[in-house]
Amino acid sequence: MTDLTQPGEFTLEYATAPESTAIVSLRDTYGLFIGGAWVEPRSGSYFPTINPATEEHLATVAEGGAEDIDLAVVAARQAWESGWRDLSGRQRAKYLYRIARLLQERSREFAVLETLDGGKPIKESRDVDLPLAAAHFFHYAGWADKLDYAFAGRRAAPLGVAGQIIPWNFPMLMASWKLAPALATGNTVVLKPAETTPLTALLLAEVLQDAELPPGVVNIVTGAGATGAALVSHPGIDKVAFTGSTGVGKRIQAELAGTGKRLTLELGGKAANIVFEDAALDQAVEGIVNGIWFNQGHVCCAGSRLLVQESVHDLVLDRLTTRLDTLRVGDPLDKNTDIGAINSREQLEKIQELVASGVDEGAEIYQPDCVLPAKGFFHAPTVFTSVSPSHRIAREEIFGPVLSVLTFRTPDEAVEKANNTPYGLSAGVWTEKGSRILWMAERLRAGVVWANTFNQFDPASPFGGYRESGFGREGGRHGLAPYLNLVGA
Amino acid sequence: MTGPRDTKRSGAGASRLRVPKTYKLYVGGRFPRSESGRTYPVNGPDGGLLAHAVLGSRKDLRDAVKAARSAQAGWVGKTAYNRAQILYRVGEIMEGRRGQFVDELAAGGIDDAEGEVDAAIDRWVWYAGWADKLPAVLGGANAVAGPYFNFTVPEPTGVVGLVAPDEAPLLALVSRLAPIIVSGNTVVALASEALPLPAVTLGEALATSDVPGGVINLLTGKRAELVPWFAGHRDVNAVDLTGVDDADLAAEAERAAADSVMRVTRATGPDADWRSPTAESPYAIEAFLEHKTVWHPKGA
Repeated sequence: MTDLTQPGEFTLEYATAPESTAIVSLRDTYGLFIGGAWVEPRSGSYFPTINPATEEHLATVAEGGAEDIDLAVVAARQAWESGWRDLSGRQRAKYLYRIARLLQERSREFAVLETLDGGKPIKESRDVDLPLAAAHFFHYAGWADKLDYAFAGRRAAPLGVAGQIIPWNFPMLMASWKLAPALATGNTVVLKPAETTPLTALLLAEVLQDAELPPGVVNIVTGAGATGAALVSHPGIDKVAFTGSTGVGKRIQAELAGTGKRLTLELGGKAANIVFEDAALDQAVEGIVNGIWFNQGHVCCAGSRLLVQESVHDLVLDRLTTRLDTLRVGDPLDKNTDIGAINSREQLEKIQELVASGVDEGAEIYQPDCVLPAKGFFHAPTVFTSVSPSHRIAREEIFGPVLSVLTFRTPDEAVEKANNTPYGLSAGVWTEKGSRILWMAERLRAGVVWANTFNQFDPASPFGGYRESGFGREGGRHGLAPYLNLVGA
Repeated sequence: MTGPRDTKRSGAGASRLRVPKTYKLYVGGRFPRSESGRTYPVNGPDGGLLAHAVLGSRKDLRDAVKAARSAQAGWVGKTAYNRAQILYRVGEIMEGRRGQFVDELAAGGIDDAEGEVDAAIDRWVWYAGWADKLPAVLGGANAVAGPYFNFTVPEPTGVVGLVAPDEAPLLALVSRLAPIIVSGNTVVALASEALPLPAVTLGEALATSDVPGGVINLLTGKRAELVPWFAGHRDVNAVDLTGVDDADLAAEAERAAADSVMRVTRATGPDADWRSPTAESPYAIEAFLEHKTVWHPKGA
């Protein structure tokens, strides 16, 4: 008889459980969404978007050029000056509530499309990305008519036109993080989705039309880096909000020097997930798994550096690798899949290069014995032990399913190692001792600290970085400020 | 006109020669001259010499940042109540030196010097009281949709560089300095280039207060020379360019700041109407804060 208390002595066979794609109807070609209508790009240029899990072509998408960005900014400005700016908060709120409801109604369709275009497991797009996206619109809808209560002693005035550039790791969720507070505060927007994941933003345009949002209040211009650069440098925008890499964030900050444009940046991270010897270790192991293998590790706040107290290193690693062996890697549309596709070939190659550096620099690699699909972009979940703080895999953001394990002896050493990075987006602490949690939380230089949990998000909870992880907060009351001028009452 | 070198103000009769002050930097709780040995003349509106101020160098700036970094953990580690009392105490000492501030401002040609000093002391006291109210007003508990306790607390961003304007040499400096340090930041401030003398005197007030050395460091010198190094210093977390009126210099500083994702801010418009209450606000404090959000599960 199989001893079920001994891991590794039995395996479970899973039948495939594919989510149907019938709910999604793709067009062959997508134009740009400017002034409330679909228009062909003046650039005349298009690019393909593919399913990273199969490398199959999904659709052809317009690549906005400088002229297209200009049309979008003009449309946004006109929409702002001709009504949106002066619309009462109560009216703006109702548009946002409509959008939230429409997203909830079409949630499954969006989730399937998100997984098709981006490669993330359907259970994540279905249970995390889309519910949270709708929740953000719902949360900020309720702020639109309460801005007078948000900033004591000051009157809140919108900025004008916001240029928003979002990443490929949570395409629809990041669109909602950007759009909802901007619209609630009375700004209009030009949104530039990521090159590899444009489709849910384009489906969102349908939702905006169905919600009867006035034309030009949100304009969606697809494209790659050059399109984003044209948006950043356009003189007609008042604010830039960017989520993406620290390298690009620095270039945007430099580009905006001397322009007076407002800026918020949500950039990279190299978060420490710190496990003390007194932690509830089984829960901690689940938190480590969630911390680094959620969304293939394509998470700016991923717990990519595990700092484990030396006394429990072997025990934690034993349980972690056992757990790792049970993770299911493969078809993102399969409802049992834990780790889906890497978002693009370029990203896969970047991960592979960093993993190779870890091996070259002398860290010990562990990967479970899993079979990766023959087509598509996949990477096995990976754990590096014997990592030194100087290794590239301990310093650089990998943005993939790769965990680097370091050790510490004392709480002071844990704090020092955790903070020994130019980043400061998030951190995790696992201990059963309440006073230690608060002591650690006070000292960790990070915008979000998850204690005995990890990768939790909520529209009411401010999110954003210290240091080179960016500035400004998204979520909650704090997320309003980047889109407002606070003028003397 | 009365000035630092004016012999008639000795109070012991015209025959007594006054003892003028040597104006130095205030760095790490001490009063060094510049390592460069340089000074520049500070003149009154009639062109007469008021004093030679230190022409601070890039090395002086680096030393000051080092002092500010060293002092930061201790300053933020004090209780907010203690910080409030320490800062209130600075107000008491400024009041005691009121006459000296008035003389220096009047000698520099500032209209209504008494009014400016009064406003500066009152502004300092106003900000002192914010120390223990920031989380209540700027942070709070967040109603997340799940079984978690979730709260957001403001924290100081770290070491801040401040470029004070020429206008209102004491009041503007105080109006930007106080919101930076009240939350637990430490600061390196470049005084008004045209009239830096009250800033140095403020340093003397600070040195006899309970503000630990290194929390506030005061430099004098040329904006054109020092501003790019403020923004380019990788151990400076935020910079306040309120005093940089040269658009090209400001843009150069902002570009340099991008290299370390440094926070850049400046007071303009009503926020820089120094005599007005609009120049004081918790949002001036917030510009030098980071918001940290902490999650913990609820469960038995």
